[in-house]
Amino acid sequence: MVTFAFYLFSVLITGLFLVTVLSRNVLYAMTSLAAGMVLISGLFFILGADFLGAVQLIVYVGAVMALYAFGMMFFDVTHAVREHHERGWIVFLLGGGIALVLVVMFAAPVAGGSVAALYPPAEGASNPQAVGLVLFTKYLLPFEVAAVMLLVAMIAGIILAGKKMEQSLSSIDDTLLNETKEAA
Amino acid sequence: MITLNHYLILSGVLFAIGLTGVVRRKNLLMLFFATEIMLNAANIAFAAISSYYHDLSGQMFAFFIVAVAASEVAVGLGLLILLYKKYGTLDLDAFTVMKG
Repeated sequence: MVTFAFYLFSVLITGLFLVTVLSRNVLYAMTSLAAGMVLISGLFFILGADFLGAVQLIVYVGAVMALYAFGMMFFDVTHAVREHHERGWIVFLLGGGIALVLVVMFAAPVAGGSVAALYPPAEGASNPQAVGLVLFTKYLLPFEVAAVMLLVAMIAGIILAGKKMEQSLSSIDDTLLNETKEAA
Repeated sequence: MITLNHYLILSGVLFAIGLTGVVRRKNLLMLFFATEIMLNAANIAFAAISSYYHDLSGQMFAFFIVAVAASEVAVGLGLLILLYKKYGTLDLDAFTVMKG
């Protein structure tokens, strides 16, 4: 059953992400990305990382994709950016090659058997409980730093997106726009 | 039986897809999507290693990656909106100012 679920999820995720990368339409790309992230949370549930799966659903599918959807309202996506590609095969070769090197790099300690469990899950605790126990004891400082980072990102987002908000093109009077056109 | 290697291979494949997207895409918004794919691929590897070695460190790192991704999107979209207001397009080729 787990085997079937794993293969189903991996095939679907790979296909959906391929659509994201290769599609010309921004809407298709965003939708398939969101669907792939939902399926990735399914993989987390299979792995027993329940809390991570829930976070993936809430943060990625809920917040990040909604942010992209809102961001897309600022852009004119009705006419797609015409992407002209030169030497397409070298891109695939480079992408695959670099990814292979990274995988070998990260798989080497695993294959060498030099990975030791530092923080095993607490006995008899469910996954969210065990995560909380480790997060608020061993990883408290990184947790606080991440909180500060999110605050900085929020302020940066507000300031960057809010710049020149009062000069919105859509709020300019039509007659004024026509006058400037004629004058130009 | 699904072993750790299955997950690592899946993670590598997804990472390759994302990296290909980053190198190939000329639309900045699509480039952001590709980076999300790469972050998710890393998350899968972390969760799998955490599960197979009975160690919660992997899940912790996955949480921090999620936080980093959220802040990256917030700041990145702000910059993207500024760029769009300035140039009126999201085409990467349009932002090329260094000719050589």
